[in-house]
Amino acid sequence: MRVAVLMGGRSLERQVSLKSGSRVAEALAHAGHEVTGIDVGHDLVARLRACDPQIAFIALHGRDGEDGTVQELLDALGVPYTGSGPAACAMSWDKALAKHHLRSAGIPTPDARVFSETALKELGAADALADVAQSLSFPVVVKPTAQGSALGIRIAKQPSEVPGALIAAFSYGDRVLLERHVAGRDLAVSVLGGEALPVVEATPEGDVYDFEARYTIGASTFRCPADIPEATAIEAQRLAVAVFELLQLEGCARIDLLLDEAGDLWVLEANAVPGFTDTSLLPQAAEAAGISFAQLCERMLELAQGA
Amino acid sequence: MISEDGGRGPRGTTGGGSSPSRDLERYAKLFASRTRVMTSSAMRDLMAITERPEVISLAGGLPDTSTFPAETLAAVMAGVAAENSARALQYGPTDGMQATRETIARVMAAEGAEVHPGEIIVTTGGQQVIDLLCKALIDPGDVIVAEGPTYPGAVPTFSSYQADVVQIGMDADGMLIDELEETLERLEREGRRPKFIYTVPTIQNPAGVTMSLPRRRRLVEVARERELIVLEDNPYGLLRYEGAPLPTLHELDGGQFVVYAGTFSKILSPGLRLGWASAPRPVLEKLNLGAQAADLCPSSFTQMFVTAYFQTGHWERYMDELRDLYRSRRDVMLDSLAAHFPPEATWTRPQGGLFVWATLPDFLDTTDLLALALSRNVAFVPGRAAYLDGRGGSAMRLNFSGSTEEDIREGIRRIGELVREQVELYGTLTGRPATSPPPAQVPATDLADVVALPRRDRDTRRQDAT
Repeated sequence: MRVAVLMGGRSLERQVSLKSGSRVAEALAHAGHEVTGIDVGHDLVARLRACDPQIAFIALHGRDGEDGTVQELLDALGVPYTGSGPAACAMSWDKALAKHHLRSAGIPTPDARVFSETALKELGAADALADVAQSLSFPVVVKPTAQGSALGIRIAKQPSEVPGALIAAFSYGDRVLLERHVAGRDLAVSVLGGEALPVVEATPEGDVYDFEARYTIGASTFRCPADIPEATAIEAQRLAVAVFELLQLEGCARIDLLLDEAGDLWVLEANAVPGFTDTSLLPQAAEAAGISFAQLCERMLELAQGA
Repeated sequence: MISEDGGRGPRGTTGGGSSPSRDLERYAKLFASRTRVMTSSAMRDLMAITERPEVISLAGGLPDTSTFPAETLAAVMAGVAAENSARALQYGPTDGMQATRETIARVMAAEGAEVHPGEIIVTTGGQQVIDLLCKALIDPGDVIVAEGPTYPGAVPTFSSYQADVVQIGMDADGMLIDELEETLERLEREGRRPKFIYTVPTIQNPAGVTMSLPRRRRLVEVARERELIVLEDNPYGLLRYEGAPLPTLHELDGGQFVVYAGTFSKILSPGLRLGWASAPRPVLEKLNLGAQAADLCPSSFTQMFVTAYFQTGHWERYMDELRDLYRSRRDVMLDSLAAHFPPEATWTRPQGGLFVWATLPDFLDTTDLLALALSRNVAFVPGRAAYLDGRGGSAMRLNFSGSTEEDIREGIRRIGELVREQVELYGTLTGRPATSPPPAQVPATDLADVVALPRRDRDTRRQDAT
């Protein structure tokens, strides 16, 4: 099969995407597919026309790849692709929007409020900031509504830290989420073709599971399946599948959760284009379910073709 | 069957049929403990975007090699090939060819230093001197004293030897020697003995300041009193655009405790990968042993090129051209900063070198700002890259040697606009709107305030070595 692997691009996760993409491309080539790796840029359409793929494998993280942009373009070009459609991508990419959907569906997610740059500049929202942060109780997690890989996330321990954290988050987008901080363990449940894979727990060496901890081999310890009670694992998987269906995700997605000290689970977000790097959680979860990386890539192609 | 793509990243380490998590685990167990501090940083990954052609990058440290006459390169290369082909293609001595060491002695003499060619080892770039000295002196946990901010490229080297780096503040006159002495006292009380003091005393990278003569004298005395090595890294001594040159530490010390690192990267070409060290003999011997293990010998080919090139006698004229070019780019950058940066920002006014160090209000984080800057196709180096202790969060290093004047103007304009927007937003958030107009000229800043940075608490970002 002629496959175009889309990767790189101009997002802040370019480097991660290049790692994901080259790994996928290698696996697919190994399996006998005719693979063209495309570093997504101004010549994307021309390059797609040149290689005339039967399917596009989207390994493009961050803006353009995860927000539905490239999916819309591929729809317009009539090229089938792996993963979710534009609407599901846009909904997951916008953490605030996703949160609204989760709450309406009764899925547990930490309380949060959204501030846009416009509201702060034009509507005097700054006056409400202190009360809002206080109502969520400190520490408060401040993060851009649209950004992957934990970039721009700060934890404000007290009111005086909120403005600086907001400025940092606004560097990544014009809307920011203030979220109640849930202390607990980082879990991830990948959903492949509507079925949950085993739960992965990521334990960072430092305090926070941030960008470096995510993408540096040895900087985090991963355990899969996670060392949690079976009932908790089953509940985490049930929640993940519920989120997958709710947001109308397709192919695969990774749902990030927190397990708090009381044993309760909280859904943080859904990732429509999870990483395929050596340290990414989806390949590890697949592995634990007996699905090799090559089989995982193959399965993605099958799911994209409606199999 | 993968068709390669121009911007493709490193190949995945696992083949199609192998299992990722098993491999991951297997490799993780094999990695040396030192690799734990040699991590890939968010910053470095952000930097990957600067390779895109639409980005104006003020992040690099690149000299402008486009001005070197291609015909000179061709003629000198042809001469080497015609006269010394077999030797140029052969291994050479570990400490470098005699003729190259003589050339280096002449280059050092141009800065007023008298060095015997026998006291010189030729290395693969100046960077290798830092590595070799660490290899010779540093056991895991040993202390290296460095400037704060320090040369970002030294940070991964220090980290890879698991050194404990203690950084000393600076002002317009370079490293604060009083603070250095206090720190050395404290380290002694704590039973920690520093092995060497790393400094770029002349037109420091990244701060752009030069250590004053009294401080140079004092530093050399301190090293002597305490029998400590000073690594004087001097890539920019000959890239001075104004002001009188000062004697090197090496000269003041007579080469007893000072190890001098030099390089052809900034005065000729970094592509040659040729640098050198001049050191006290016992240290030189250890550097030599380390170099044998690292790469047997520096490139014979480039040594012969350099030797032949310096024999043509063109180099001083070329240096004059380079200085004119960079001086003018520096001036454009300083003018642009004055025109576009808000009054809350300060920056250094370097007398030479390649960099300006700018400091923003401490509520701005330049790593996050870089993300925003990249969305407007402009890049700089966030100040954290120059610290190992988490400081530098609101500073940035701006390079003026590697971009055209037009790009410098536009790049600074874009960064300035972002900084203004963020300062304004912060004002809105804290109820203290900033309404200051753009400054008409370079603010009369006390440089002492420009470089010295407040100690910041570790934020939620993991500290990284690069």
